[in-house]
Amino acid sequence: MADTFKLTHENLDSLFAALRKDGRRILAPVDGDGRTELNEVEKPSQVAKGYIQTIMSAKDVVFPKVERLLSYTTAPGTVELHDAEPKALPTVLFGVRPCEAKAFGALDAVFNWDYRDKFFNARLEKMAVIGVSCLKADDACFCTSLGGGPADTAGSDILLTPIESGYLAEVLTVKGKAIQALAPNLFTPGNGVDKAAIAAKLEQAFDQPALTAKLPGMFENELWEDQALRCIGCGACAYVCPTCVCFDIQEEADPKQGQRLRCWDSCGFSMFTLHASGHNPRETQSARWRQRIYHKFSTYPERYQMLGCVGCGKCTRACPVDMNLREHLVEAANV
Amino acid sequence: MTEKNIYLPYLMRITKITEESPAVKTFRLEFVDEVAAQNFDFKTGQFGLYSAFGEGESTFCIASSPTRKGYIECTFREVGRVTAALADKEVGDIVGFRGPYGNVFPLEAWKGKNLVFIAGGIALPPLRSVIWNCLDLRDWFKDITVVYGARSVADLVYKHELKEWTERPDIKLVTTVDPGGETPDWTGKVGFVPPVVEQLGLSAENTVAIVCGPPIMIKLTLPVLEKLGFAPDQIYTTLENRMKCGLGKCGRCNTGSSYVCKDGPVYTLAQLNELPAEY
Repeated sequence: MADTFKLTHENLDSLFAALRKDGRRILAPVDGDGRTELNEVEKPSQVAKGYIQTIMSAKDVVFPKVERLLSYTTAPGTVELHDAEPKALPTVLFGVRPCEAKAFGALDAVFNWDYRDKFFNARLEKMAVIGVSCLKADDACFCTSLGGGPADTAGSDILLTPIESGYLAEVLTVKGKAIQALAPNLFTPGNGVDKAAIAAKLEQAFDQPALTAKLPGMFENELWEDQALRCIGCGACAYVCPTCVCFDIQEEADPKQGQRLRCWDSCGFSMFTLHASGHNPRETQSARWRQRIYHKFSTYPERYQMLGCVGCGKCTRACPVDMNLREHLVEAANV
Repeated sequence: MTEKNIYLPYLMRITKITEESPAVKTFRLEFVDEVAAQNFDFKTGQFGLYSAFGEGESTFCIASSPTRKGYIECTFREVGRVTAALADKEVGDIVGFRGPYGNVFPLEAWKGKNLVFIAGGIALPPLRSVIWNCLDLRDWFKDITVVYGARSVADLVYKHELKEWTERPDIKLVTTVDPGGETPDWTGKVGFVPPVVEQLGLSAENTVAIVCGPPIMIKLTLPVLEKLGFAPDQIYTTLENRMKCGLGKCGRCNTGSSYVCKDGPVYTLAQLNELPAEY
């Protein structure tokens, strides 16, 4: 059980100051150029209000778009290799939604099953999440269909739920307690607030366990082709997704030196699986769309005992051809 | 807490280059670092990612047998940016190697059985590792048969080893080239691999078949093996989906619930039948 407190608006101001004094940067949703994205802030007044989601996810805090894995210098007959160290800054992620907070678990599952990824781990270790519960949802949201919820605590170190005078603060983890310990007197005793009554209401759209159970049997269903007809394979869904982890490794070099970079990638791109021979195991866009669904809703549960989707709806909001993941999943669940 | 960088390759020196066929080369690679050389171990069936520094990494099997110590070998065809850069290398040059990755051919489980290897074109390298491994443990197995086909005589790889296998009494080698690919002095068969396999009169009893080749060869060979009485769990193959990490993370080689880099590259036909045909 989490320790529940109250955090007034004034005290949140002081908490931001305490976190910065502790040497941490605070990233939070900020309005600008007509969109809301994560940015570094100094005080709570800079944080966007009324947003449902940022467009981009917070995953680049632990899994940057481009990351150097190693570098080298070359001369005839010799190569000198240099290990790369991730520049992991102590970071507090403020104001991400419960769905996104939960998504770090899905990234962790991939980066650390069997081989451990030091780049991801160094950043994750230095990151703490102060999530903020949702008071509203839109028609792209479906966290409640995936076992999450607008005030779900999974993945947050502290979860704040807005109340009249400030926030209800649930201190959930060791990292959360460490933040509280920076300024313990800011956290005043919480009363018996009914969190569920405050948080957004979002009806469950489909039965996910039933969908996961039937996916292996509907691989050849023509539904995937129908749904993917308008997909243009732009990959926007993967780039905004908080759990999409597929990456490319690319070389950037001149004749004397170079570096090896890990870059975000998407299973929706036609070249993702293209063999050198010209053979492509997933030749059509519908096969690639199906892969996206199966990877998140069938492979993940089987391999990692969790879903590779948190129902945040970022992909739906970003899709230039209006593919709505929630609607497509409802359709699949109804087959 | 400092963790190891799993993307950091070993530095390897090229100590031998064999021109196998047009645009196909074999590199013998030795570890630059002696400690790494001593600690390195692999099993047949495993693969690695080979770097041409300046261009990137490519995935190939380890084509040599783990019974041959002190080096590894890889055989590749020049088809893209990395393989072109590798092909430009000379003896003494440095390349990178990450591995060994993936699962292995279950030689222990094959003890006391007949082995039939069926390979087409550039797909002999992964089987060459197993064949030499089995020849170096010859008394573990009964009859060893190799059927190897290529488009033309010039396209056959490991020509000197094919000659050695022909001369050895403890392995039966059948080579074939596609019609029109023969030369006047060609003494092997002329024809595609599947009918050649069919004509051999193989018995499926107490036998495993290890098949590797272009998709069309595999597609047409499997029905032949089934006709001969091979059950899906008696047939093995090794896949090579596109990979970037080899560590079960980058997502490229994923098919169904399987990661070719982790659960493969070695699969039985019985296992493949459970996966979508996305390989």
